[in-house]
Amino acid sequence: MSDNQGALPENILHFARALRDAGLPVGPGGVLDAVAAIEATGFGEKQDFRAALHAVFVKKHEHTLLFDQVFDIYWKRKGFLEKLIAMMSPQARPDAKPKKADAGATRVADALFKNSARQDEKPKPSLDLDARLTMSAAEILQNRDFAQMSADEIARARALIARLAMPNDRRATRRYAPSRSGARVDPRRSFRGSLRGVIDLEFRARVHRPPPVVALCDISGSMAEYTRLFLHFLHALGENRRVSTFLFGTRLTNVTRAMRRRDPDDALAHCSAEVKDWSGGTRISASLHAFNHDWSRRVLGQGAIVLLFTDGLERDGIEGLAGEMQRLHMSCRRLIWLNPLLRFDGFSAKAQGFRAMLPHVDEFRPIHSLASMAELARALSDAAAAADPRAWLKAAGY
Amino acid sequence: MDAVAIPGSIDETLAMLARGHYVAERSLATVVFLGLRLGRPILLEGEAGTGKTEIAKVLAASLGRKLIRLQCYEGLDVATAVYEWNYPAQMMAIRLAEAAGEHNRDRIEHDIFADRYLIRRPLLQALEPSDGGAPVLLIDEIDRADEAFEAYLLELLSDFQVTIPELGVIKAPAPPIVIVTSNRTREIHDALKRRCLYHWVGYPDAARERAILKAKAPRAPERLTGELVAFVQRLRKLDLFKSPGVAETLDWASALTELDAVSLDPAQVTDTLGVLLKYQDDIAKIQGAKASELIDAARADLKMAET
Repeated sequence: MSDNQGALPENILHFARALRDAGLPVGPGGVLDAVAAIEATGFGEKQDFRAALHAVFVKKHEHTLLFDQVFDIYWKRKGFLEKLIAMMSPQARPDAKPKKADAGATRVADALFKNSARQDEKPKPSLDLDARLTMSAAEILQNRDFAQMSADEIARARALIARLAMPNDRRATRRYAPSRSGARVDPRRSFRGSLRGVIDLEFRARVHRPPPVVALCDISGSMAEYTRLFLHFLHALGENRRVSTFLFGTRLTNVTRAMRRRDPDDALAHCSAEVKDWSGGTRISASLHAFNHDWSRRVLGQGAIVLLFTDGLERDGIEGLAGEMQRLHMSCRRLIWLNPLLRFDGFSAKAQGFRAMLPHVDEFRPIHSLASMAELARALSDAAAAADPRAWLKAAGY
Repeated sequence: MDAVAIPGSIDETLAMLARGHYVAERSLATVVFLGLRLGRPILLEGEAGTGKTEIAKVLAASLGRKLIRLQCYEGLDVATAVYEWNYPAQMMAIRLAEAAGEHNRDRIEHDIFADRYLIRRPLLQALEPSDGGAPVLLIDEIDRADEAFEAYLLELLSDFQVTIPELGVIKAPAPPIVIVTSNRTREIHDALKRRCLYHWVGYPDAARERAILKAKAPRAPERLTGELVAFVQRLRKLDLFKSPGVAETLDWASALTELDAVSLDPAQVTDTLGVLLKYQDDIAKIQGAKASELIDAARADLKMAET
């Protein structure tokens, strides 16, 4: 690289750091690629410069928006890019050494050099608004920290959930692996064996793997206490299979990435940071619609099981709820509705929401205690132990 | 096939794709250009029917390269994707060697694990030298394959080499042009994404969609094309379970042309909606009054665009 391009790699490096701070996963390899890309495209059109950096740094459709914002702030600031283009063009000589990207006290520059102010920000003590069975007109937007369980509670729940026997519901996949007593002859290994003088046939059998689980968890006021423990359960479940976790109150949030952190408490802390409508109201129909529309085709492949974790108390009117449930039911292999309200002895499926939802689920189960959690784990292992939802409808007189 | 030099700039890439009847966005041309220039695989994600597979075909045709296609599915393994030994022929060779009095095991082993008994599957074919330059390798719908296969691809896509235990390492003299497509029925692992240049293939805007129709369905009358595109653009703004892709627009254009339509007619639209929409819920939503309402809106859009 020639001398007059010295500023470019450095600027790209700073830009990459700004992207990383904005939440894009950008590694050091990405910077090298970006420099190579800019060298290849040449440094002329602003549009091409943007497209080239975009091609290298953005690996996910959702990140385009973030990239664009960071790009605008970083490169458009005070005609910075124009200056850089002028500097790189062969006519202009690089007289003054370009100033480093920290020239302005802009938001991005602040983000680049994480200062103490940012670390001092302590999570505010959470306001526990009890919104159970009521729905405030405005969405309750609060960063409720749901990692704030009492230490004792965490320890006990974690110990118990960790001891819980996780479901063993391996299903045959279409992949084969060497096996002692499979149904199919493995020609390759048999042949190699025969060359060594061993005339035995070798076999292969299908690989068995637990199917993925997709959990849709209600985090409205009436459900918050249960959801926390249920997320621990999901975290444990995620150790040997793919688990996609979505939280919904008044909007749907995908917390799968956050839940993949090794430490369950760490995972929960990151979930709470991502969710804005903790302990607010619920819009089940709207959330299911969002899931069906944006996510079902992306996460329900490979015969996924859906765990719908909600009390079914829709506060937003039930138009469309049955239709969304039907769509969800048709897109997955098994739909299990987990409802903590089932803990009440006198529970009856009288509410309108229940009538709309129950016909479209395969199973209807309580989930209010560790015992019911263990019951769920057993049910996942054994399809025969199904909890028929129609029994509840019949009991309610429908 | 004559080899054509890879384009030297984004504009040339755009022109090359246009010659192959592919009306590309500038950002897509940038990614393609970079992929060719840096020798990196291109990962194209997007809804079904937006022309992801087509770009590989057009690239192969306009660069004069061979197109090697690997359709992914669950359980795809090395024997079907990379290579397999021709066991019956090897057995025969052993019997013949023994009949001829050869009893040296090492000798037999050496002879039967020779190139002529190797069955080459798409990925291995893509690594072999070919006349017109490195081929275009299309790995179609990677999301349908399982994670195990995706992991196998990691080595191939970063080093462009395959290890066959009996033969050794086979390395491509020139890296193939790799296009990976995904419909997002499953998230592709970050490690694979990292090796690729990423591009989201979205739905085209009205002007580009008209240009696509002109290139791909030249028989359709101009008025019909204009109305049809405006209608489909309106349709994509609605909350449908599956919005129609460009492929559906093209199908619809040919269908209406076959029916001798010169402009959109509510009854005909309702009758042919199955070409455009593939879910009963969506069709029920659009049929009848909504269709004629949309046609009127589309005509208004068209008039707006003209003035």
